Amino acid sequence: MTAFILRRLLVTLVTVLGAMVLLFTILQLIPGDFATVVLGPRATPEIIEGFRVRMGLDQPIYVQLFNFIFNAAQGDLGTDVLSHLPVSFLVMQVLPHTIVLALSAIFIASFLGIPLGAYAAAYKGSWLDRILGVISISAITIPSFLAGLLGLLIFSVFLGWFPAMGAGESGNLGDQIYHLILPALALGLGWIGYIARIMRASMLDEMTEDYVRTARSKGLKESVVVFKHALRGALIPVIAVIGVGFGNLLGGAVLIEIIFHRPGLGYLIYTAIGTRNFPIVQGGLIIAVLLYSLANLLADLSYSFIDPRVRSD
Amino acid sequence: MRKVINRLLAEPLALAGVIIITFILLVAVFAPFIATHDPQSTAPMDRLQGPSRENLMGTDNLGRDTFSRVVFGTRIALAVSLMAILVATILGLAFGIISGFTGGYLDGGFLILFDIIKSFPALLLAITIIAITGPSLTMLIIIMGVTRFPAYARLVRAQTMRVKSHDYIMAARALGVSVPRIMLRHLLPNVVGPVFIQAAMDIPIVITFEAGLSFLGLGVPPPTPSWGAILRTGYSFIRIAPHMVIFGGAVLMLTTLGFTLMGETLRDFLDPKLRKVV
Repeated sequence: MTAFILRRLLVTLVTVLGAMVLLFTILQLIPGDFATVVLGPRATPEIIEGFRVRMGLDQPIYVQLFNFIFNAAQGDLGTDVLSHLPVSFLVMQVLPHTIVLALSAIFIASFLGIPLGAYAAAYKGSWLDRILGVISISAITIPSFLAGLLGLLIFSVFLGWFPAMGAGESGNLGDQIYHLILPALALGLGWIGYIARIMRASMLDEMTEDYVRTARSKGLKESVVVFKHALRGALIPVIAVIGVGFGNLLGGAVLIEIIFHRPGLGYLIYTAIGTRNFPIVQGGLIIAVLLYSLANLLADLSYSFIDPRVRSD
Repeated sequence: MRKVINRLLAEPLALAGVIIITFILLVAVFAPFIATHDPQSTAPMDRLQGPSRENLMGTDNLGRDTFSRVVFGTRIALAVSLMAILVATILGLAFGIISGFTGGYLDGGFLILFDIIKSFPALLLAITIIAITGPSLTMLIIIMGVTRFPAYARLVRAQTMRVKSHDYIMAARALGVSVPRIMLRHLLPNVVGPVFIQAAMDIPIVITFEAGLSFLGLGVPPPTPSWGAILRTGYSFIRIAPHMVIFGGAVLMLTTLGFTLMGETLRDFLDPKLRKVV
């Protein structure tokens, strides 16, 4: 197990490092000079030169790359071109919003998806199963940003039940949750269907196991057999999928944050692009890659912990 | 053929998928005949009108006919996604076959490359690159293809590793057939099957991706009609003219549903092992 964890850690580290090199290379490919792009056409040569020195752009490329990685490893993601604040500070300010949004979405998806899948499996082949199947696949196929737009239209514009923008007043938990419900539902909708289908398949698998037959032959009530015995075993693959889902939802949160004007990593990067504030784009993306890789690492490790066969892969 | 048709009739969801896709394809092919207006002609006097007999799905902020834009948007959605999947397939086949066939350090290096590309949230990466280079159809297709290809490459790699130890490959090697020829003539036809399933399952994902980018104004450049762009305008005027979000959203939803159902049916047909697992 230790060897497996070490190997996965190493792979994650190499991946993140490689992603940084790739990102650095992409940003080097910006047509024209970085300083001119950021400062605009009216900047004087002196201002541009000063900016280049301040940003370390006068150094050779490989020195810049080394500094970029070395500084990032120490938590220094550079400086915001406009406000001169450290990028890491700006990222850390909005990051909790994104994590809370993704966690709430996956919570909603599990909370609804697991019972839906379990019921569908328990009543396999019935009308209920068919209807739940159609609901699941419909939920899967609605893109989250579209769910966000339609949610906004129906529940904010038409019905006025939920606020249309923002993340709520800071310090007021009730208000924050109130602002979170609609975005989280929109983001998690597809995963409700996905988790329901995995849960259904896993339950059906589990119900053919010997211990379920034993429970039945003991004369236990069918509902106890299904929802107490089989459910527990069937949850294992679902837990693994939830881990992967969290990583994916971090990426999916971008559009939701933009639609609902919620502070968050995606919104930060998107607005930084609008102002050509590339240090924020670069730093924000590194954090996104890091989070995504960590979520996948955790999913892998938890899965291997649950199912030791994975480790021999 | 009869078997396929019987099977389709027995599975209503699969049948629904086929009907939806046929409908979408027909709309794309006959777009000029179906559209009631020129999708790009503006009419400032008729801006933000609701649905009417003249404008079936209303008009946008420039007075353009939403119905005609939705109809022509079908072409863009299909063309862009199919091209992107073609890029992903070609890259996936090339990298996957080389990786699986050669093994060793090259294989290890490629695997790390796949992981690195996969570790980027694709949408954020695409937003960044397109913001730098400016929106263009070519760039959009390349980015979507490149961010999707690792999944294809891994699939092809696994398949190649399985196939390469078969006798006929050994025989070809023993006969002194060159490596590129073995890859193209013997490996390629035998590893390409699962790629079709992957491609079919990917169509709705790529269509959504394009719509998302166009929604941000970073996808298909204006004034070309695209569903994402319709949703973008609809979002700006959501309070006074919600019809754009409703119709643009409905057609996007219908398309992704159709292709998802088709992808799953195809997977069930071609790869019974995966049937109904997820």
